Parts: sequence; structure tokens; C-alpha cells
Amino acid sequence: MARIDPTTTRECALTSLVTVLPLAADGGGFQPPTINDFFPPPILFSGTWFEFNRVELVRIVAALVIVSLFVVAARRAKLVPGRFQSAIEWVLDFVRTGIAEDVLGKENAKRYVPLLTTVFVAILGFNLTGIVPFLNIAGTSRIGLPLLLALWVYVMYLGAGIKKHGVGGFLKASLFPPGVPPFLYVLLTPVELLQVFVIRPATLALRLTANMIAGHLMLVLCFGATEYFLVEAAPAMKAFGVLTFLSGFVMTLFEVFVAALQAYIFAVLAAVYLSLSIADEH
Amino acid sequence: MSSLILAAADTVSGNLATIGYGLAVLGPGIGLGILIGKTVEGMARQPEVSNQLRTTMFIGIGFVEVLGLLGLITGFLFK
Repeated sequence: MARIDPTTTRECALTSLVTVLPLAADGGGFQPPTINDFFPPPILFSGTWFEFNRVELVRIVAALVIVSLFVVAARRAKLVPGRFQSAIEWVLDFVRTGIAEDVLGKENAKRYVPLLTTVFVAILGFNLTGIVPFLNIAGTSRIGLPLLLALWVYVMYLGAGIKKHGVGGFLKASLFPPGVPPFLYVLLTPVELLQVFVIRPATLALRLTANMIAGHLMLVLCFGATEYFLVEAAPAMKAFGVLTFLSGFVMTLFEVFVAALQAYIFAVLAAVYLSLSIADEH
Repeated sequence: MSSLILAAADTVSGNLATIGYGLAVLGPGIGLGILIGKTVEGMARQPEVSNQLRTTMFIGIGFVEVLGLLGLITGFLFK
């Protein structure tokens, strides 16, 4: 063919660009993170029901740290708190006033402060293991732990509603919200049924897990790319390593923020679900 | 030319879930923008209720954010 089609040349350029990128990755051996990071090989009791892997080890370490922090704080409690005791008291006070009393009101809050405090502190601790060196994976990045906490909240808010209104009263209050034209219940009641019994606990658990998975993948991507650029890539590419390292550092700080935010959102939503269950009928 | 297209189709590899996640974050992104922007507006108008507005905003963020995260999860679930 004598005549050169301009579109052909453009496609050539595009094709070569597309082929170069994956080849560069293959040759250098850059390994992007996968979902398998969250399913490490077992280290104990392999093949049994009690299979024990790195994530569970991290969870146990985090749980021991949380419990010992609070035991030490309670043992050494003084009337005039020191720096460590003030920090612990600040967290407890934040959950009590900032979450429980804000959402539930002073009178109702009293009964649920222990639940909300446990949930908040546990999730904060298990989230923060994602950025602690050598642990490097959030205890909440597998669905089990968030699911357990979400089920606890689920049982508590169903129980609170039933205790306050009775089974029938609770179902009526939550499935047939007052002030709605009767024919709309055809639409509203199935949605509310799904909402109260499935969507609330499921989204509580999924939101936390997915946040931690996404955060871990981003961190691994940043630091994996840094390692690849600095060690294996061509000399001209090494400057990118500094960039990815900096973004990894920023991402680590962002993960601290996300860890606290997710603990806060989980606790606030738990409080909101409790308050919806025990709300008076209007 | 058609062989070139075929070659391109051969070399473009990857997971469609990536595009799906991109689509999935459009809605929550707009939602978060409206939600947080309106809260800031409300706080500027009435600084005295900003604590209550902030709590409500975080509750809303929880609901909106889970939509984007469901996009992430489905990308892993339905390969």
C-alpha cells in the first residue's frame, strides 16, 4: 500500500505504548498488591478449624496492647491525672460526650456508654495495626472481626427496641413509620424490613473492612513501587521512587486519619441505630 | 488495519472491575461533595449548631461512603 493512512500510524503509536507498559512491569518484576495479601499462609494448626495466621496474630497482639493500656491506666488512676491518664480519659470522655450523649441524649446514653466505648476503642486499636511497622495489616481488614462487632450492635439495638416497645411495638414502630399515607406502606415496609434486619449490620461490617482493605492496598502499592523504582528500575526512573515514597508517607498519615474516622463512624452509627430503636412513637 | 486493532485487543489486558470501580465512585463522590459542602454552608450560617451538624454530616458520610466501598468489594467478589 503506497498511501499511508494517518489513523494507522496513530494506532501504531498507541499499540506500542500499550505494549511497552506491561512489558516494563513484567521485566522488572513489579508485583502489584492483590487480595491474597489478606489471606496469608497459616502458621499454626494448619488444616483445622482453628487455623491461625498472621492476621490473627496481629489481632491478638493488638488486643493485648489495648487491654494492658487500660489495665495500667486503671491501676495507676490518680485524682490529678498525668499525661498518660489524661490521654486515656480524653478518649473515654470523647466517646461519652461526643458520641453517646450527643446522639442518644444524657438519660439513654448511660446504659450504652460501655458498648460504644468498647466498640470505638477496639476498632481504633485494630485499625491502627495497619500502619504499625512489622504488624502492617489491620486486624479489621478481614470480615470476621467487623462482623462480630456489627452483630453485637445488631443484637443490642434489636434488644433495646424490643425491651422498650415489646416485639409487636418495635416491629410496628420500625416497619410502619407513622405519618405516612397507608398505601405507601406497600413500598416502604419491605425497604424498612431490609434496612433494619439486613442492611444496617451488613454495611457496618462491610464499610470498616473495605476501608481497611483499600488502605492496605494503597500503602502496599506505594511502598512496593518505591522498592521497585529504587532497586530494580532503570537509573532514569529512580527519581520516581522518591515520589512514591513521599506519597506512601502521606498515605500512612491518611491511614491514621481513616482509622480514627472509621472507629468514630462505626460508634456513631451504632448509637444512631440504638436511638432509632428506642425512639418514642410520635 | 483490522489486524492492528486485534493486536491492540490482545495487548490491552486487565480487569474490567477497575472500570467498574471508577464508575462506582462517581455517585458517592458527587454525594460527598454536596453533603460536606452543604454542611459547611450551614456551619457558616449558624456556627452555634456546628457540633450537631458535624455529627449528622459524619452519619451521612457513613451512608454515602459505603456505596463507593461496595464498588470496591464487588470488584473483588465477582471476577
